[in-house]
Amino acid sequence: MLVFLRRRIISGALPLLAVVLGVFFLARLTGDPANLYLPLSATPEMRAEFAARNGFDQPVAVQFLDYLSQIVRLDFGESLRTAQPAAQAVLQAFPATLQLAGATMAIAVTAAVVVGSLAAYRPNSLADRFAGLLSSASASVPDFWFAIMGVLVFAVTLNWLPTSGTDGMGAWVLPIATLLIRPFGVLVQVVRGSMVSALSAPYTRVARSKGADEKRVIFVHALRNAAAPALTVAGDLAVGLVNGAVVVETIFGWPGIGKLMIDSILQRDFAVLQAAVLLTAVTIFALNILIDACYALLDARVRQGVAT
Amino acid sequence: MTNGDPLSETGDRPDQAGAAPPAARPPRLFALLLKDRVACLAALMLLAVAACAVAGPFLLGDLATRQNLHAVDLPPFTLDNGWAFVLGSDSLGRSVAARLVVAARTTFAVAVPAVLASFVVGSAWGMWAGYHRGWRESVSMRIADVVLSFPSLLLAVVVLYVFSPSVATLVLVLAIARVPVYLRTARAESAELRSRLFVDAARTFGARGGSIIRRHVAPTVMPTLITVATLDFCFVMLTESSLSFLGIGIQPPDLSWGLMVAQGRQELQTAWWIAVFPGLAIVMTTVSATTLASWARLATDPAQRWRLTVPRGRARATARRAEEAGR
Repeated sequence: MLVFLRRRIISGALPLLAVVLGVFFLARLTGDPANLYLPLSATPEMRAEFAARNGFDQPVAVQFLDYLSQIVRLDFGESLRTAQPAAQAVLQAFPATLQLAGATMAIAVTAAVVVGSLAAYRPNSLADRFAGLLSSASASVPDFWFAIMGVLVFAVTLNWLPTSGTDGMGAWVLPIATLLIRPFGVLVQVVRGSMVSALSAPYTRVARSKGADEKRVIFVHALRNAAAPALTVAGDLAVGLVNGAVVVETIFGWPGIGKLMIDSILQRDFAVLQAAVLLTAVTIFALNILIDACYALLDARVRQGVAT
Repeated sequence: MTNGDPLSETGDRPDQAGAAPPAARPPRLFALLLKDRVACLAALMLLAVAACAVAGPFLLGDLATRQNLHAVDLPPFTLDNGWAFVLGSDSLGRSVAARLVVAARTTFAVAVPAVLASFVVGSAWGMWAGYHRGWRESVSMRIADVVLSFPSLLLAVVVLYVFSPSVATLVLVLAIARVPVYLRTARAESAELRSRLFVDAARTFGARGGSIIRRHVAPTVMPTLITVATLDFCFVMLTESSLSFLGIGIQPPDLSWGLMVAQGRQELQTAWWIAVFPGLAIVMTTVSATTLASWARLATDPAQRWRLTVPRGRARATARRAEEAGR
């Protein structure tokens, strides 16, 4: 198990390193930061002094090492807008996104397991066709438009829910519903597919013949074996949730990391954007490790590194 | 996918390399399409949108930008104000219908090149990696993992921060983000094909790697890749509209459906139609493309094509029997 995890951590660290490199070099590409930070009337001396103070007169390799050592010391620079440390701004916004994403994934997985299993239990039944319709619709509806339609119907016309903000339970409904459509649609299909094959596998027949009741057969015997593919896909979807979070947080004024990123782009708040991208990448990295660990717990072949 | 696929578009089939004897020629793709009412509708819908994208700006470009302060926020679905305002007008008195048609151009101008570029690069790369295996394969797959593990919107956000948003940068970002999808599919298929007899035969006759990939692997993998591309078209279109909606994609005065939703959002309380119709256009286009993709998957797969040639009820009964037999 430990060997397995170590291998996954090493291979997962590669994308993380790519992100660190990418953010660093893209940052150099934005041109001379002095144009951004200093007034237009700045003299060449002022520019040189600025460059020296921020280390821009050093060779790129040295700058990169500096940048790495800053990251290791969790020093992400200061926000241009608010002059507070970027790390602080990002960490303030992070829990809001995490709550939203966590609630969404919990609902999506639970609902997809139930609906997907029901659909797989009787292929071509009403439940099956309903699940198929839902998942194909979810792949075609743009999330920002879905959110706006939600606001139009439930907030503007019916006045049941607030249009934005985080106060009260009502404020959670529309953001979660918007985030939910994509992961739910995909997960239902995956659960259905793997449940159909699990329910026709020999071990299910054994379970039935020894007299286990249907609920137990579906949710214990079949689901345990069908869980692995769903888990992998759920991991990918959780990564994709970052996309949704950016959109949803912007529309509903949710003070999370997605809104922070868009705001810092529009106002060219460089340090904050870098810190936010990094934190997101680290979270995704941790999430992938976690999913691999769950995967290994479920499947002994993966744990042992046996080629299948 | 069997070898000697009769549907490879070029017509130079790889059946000189030990394929099955020529069976009765299967029905042509177009005739199959005409038979399937839903797929036909989807194809017509896509054609209509494409026609708007090509011809729209010439015919309605002027109407889409003409402001008319006497016709502000006209509601849709009446002909009192003439055909131009059948879908209402926005806060500057511009026709929503004309703007929708013109915006189709931008949407296609981003989605089509992005899909084509990622399709060509990703498929060629993937077939090469899958055919040669070894380090070429593992390095390519690692690169694909890196790109895919990064949320596409995040990638776009970072790149568009550095380069100012325009059609060209959008195409670039979306193409890079989607290359791994084709890379993975093409690699998997060609890694499996390289051990097939007809590839072995070609190798025995002294064909080089490059020409085996071009003449034998590519035609066989193509139908799968085209299906992937059709589905990916939806994804790219949705991402472009999300970015435009967020204000980091297409910039005014250019028009895109995502941007129109963003503009309509300001007036949701007074003029709902400005935000609703562009979204509906996106939904209808993506639904059509998805439908057509799933039809194409059946039609280009020789093992599945019979489902399209037999009547509906019988197809379902046969499928059920096949499923029962499989248990």
